[in-house]
Amino acid sequence: MTAPKRDPKQQSFEHSLKRLEEIVEQLEEGNVPLEQSIKMYEEGINLSKACVEKLLRAEQKVKSLAKDIEGNFHLFDVEPE
Amino acid sequence: MNNEIEILSVSEVTRRIKRLLEGGFRSIRLQGEVSNFKQHAPSGHMYFTLKDESSAISAVMWRSRVGSLTFMPEDGMKVVVSGRLAVYEVRGTYQIDVYSMQPLGMGDLQIAFEKLKQRLASEGLFNAEFKIPIPRFPERIGIVTSPSGAALHDLLTVLKRRQPSVAVIVRPVKVQGPGAARDIATAIDEMNEFDGADIVILARGGGSLEDLWAFNEEVVARSIFRSKLPIVSAVGHEIDFTIADFVADMRAPTPSAAAELVVEDRGSLLDIIRNNWYTTHESVLSVLKNRKDHIRHLLRSHAFNRPIDDLRQMSQRIDEIDRSMGLSVAHLVALQGAHLHSFDRRIRSLDPEAVLRRGYVMVSKGEHIVDSSKRLHRGDHIELRFHDGNIPSTVTKG
Repeated sequence: MTAPKRDPKQQSFEHSLKRLEEIVEQLEEGNVPLEQSIKMYEEGINLSKACVEKLLRAEQKVKSLAKDIEGNFHLFDVEPE
Repeated sequence: MNNEIEILSVSEVTRRIKRLLEGGFRSIRLQGEVSNFKQHAPSGHMYFTLKDESSAISAVMWRSRVGSLTFMPEDGMKVVVSGRLAVYEVRGTYQIDVYSMQPLGMGDLQIAFEKLKQRLASEGLFNAEFKIPIPRFPERIGIVTSPSGAALHDLLTVLKRRQPSVAVIVRPVKVQGPGAARDIATAIDEMNEFDGADIVILARGGGSLEDLWAFNEEVVARSIFRSKLPIVSAVGHEIDFTIADFVADMRAPTPSAAAELVVEDRGSLLDIIRNNWYTTHESVLSVLKNRKDHIRHLLRSHAFNRPIDDLRQMSQRIDEIDRSMGLSVAHLVALQGAHLHSFDRRIRSLDPEAVLRRGYVMVSKGEHIVDSSKRLHRGDHIELRFHDGNIPSTVTKG
């Protein structure tokens, strides 16, 4: 198997938070046209929600990586302690 | 009979001894215990005696060579020195002229360590320009360590406490003994090939220099240097430095510390998001409020109904967005005890009224706020907004 790639629709936490900070910065400057500020608002709330949900995923997932003789990778579950 | 033996001067005897001795012991390594150690303050030269159970020899290390020492010799310390024998003619004594000195016990390994360190340093493997930046919020942590060691346990415990949401991929390795270095190097290469982690922590619990030796081997150094993924080394205790630490993109003093450095605490991240969310909300509300005030003012002079209608619709949309996201300030705050103060203050500083109360005036022309003197021309009708009311004005110069 190859490494599970990120769902492109699902941005990294780092990217989401950066975008959220950009939005806040622009809104704080206060010269965004009204219609656009509401669009940004919606985006900001969505991003916040995605970030919070990601953080609140509760259980720790631990996998063990192994490569077989044919050069394929496998991930095995490891029981978290 | 005695006459047949040549009579020599003291200088001549000394010269012959010197030739014999210095010629016969051009380069020697010698081990012994340091005693009578003195470093002569003005010159910086070191004078001491090396002794064993039955003999002693004077030793000197000139200041120019003292700089290469990696430790400070003391009486009672067992050392290995390299040097040559030299005769001090003025007093008819001999001594060893010491070029280099290592503490005994750490002997061979320590020498190998220093040699490799110097070689890799001169090749540039430790240079700052090759360090890969550590991601701020890694979501997938790779760990290369022993599957049964305390290091893995410590890492998982701290990661779980700080941010259980991160995914962990462990590549188990042998961390000591024959083949360990090769195994570690392969593991780092495989982590890169698999490409399923944002960062890799290379970890091992404390141990002797011999126990940690795999992390001082060149194959490991090379694989760390080759890695496209950032590598954090967390080998041994705080006082242990390995070659891996120098090549790694970041060094953590212990495995637990590595987990702390790599992953931010969930509570503080939630705070950051909450602050941003709150500020977003308040900024938009304050934009709306300003607009409303402005329109209300326009309504006094014009018969305008549509804009206020638009505005109502936008307010409603914000309420709908909030509802559809299932979020509210109360909900977010409830997620992790409230630290309202910091962002409360931040919000207040955004309130334009507060700025106006400090004596600032906002200038508007038509519907637009004037943020530059270049936008104004003689004869323009403008409004000066104070915290307690507006004054219509005209520009008289421009």
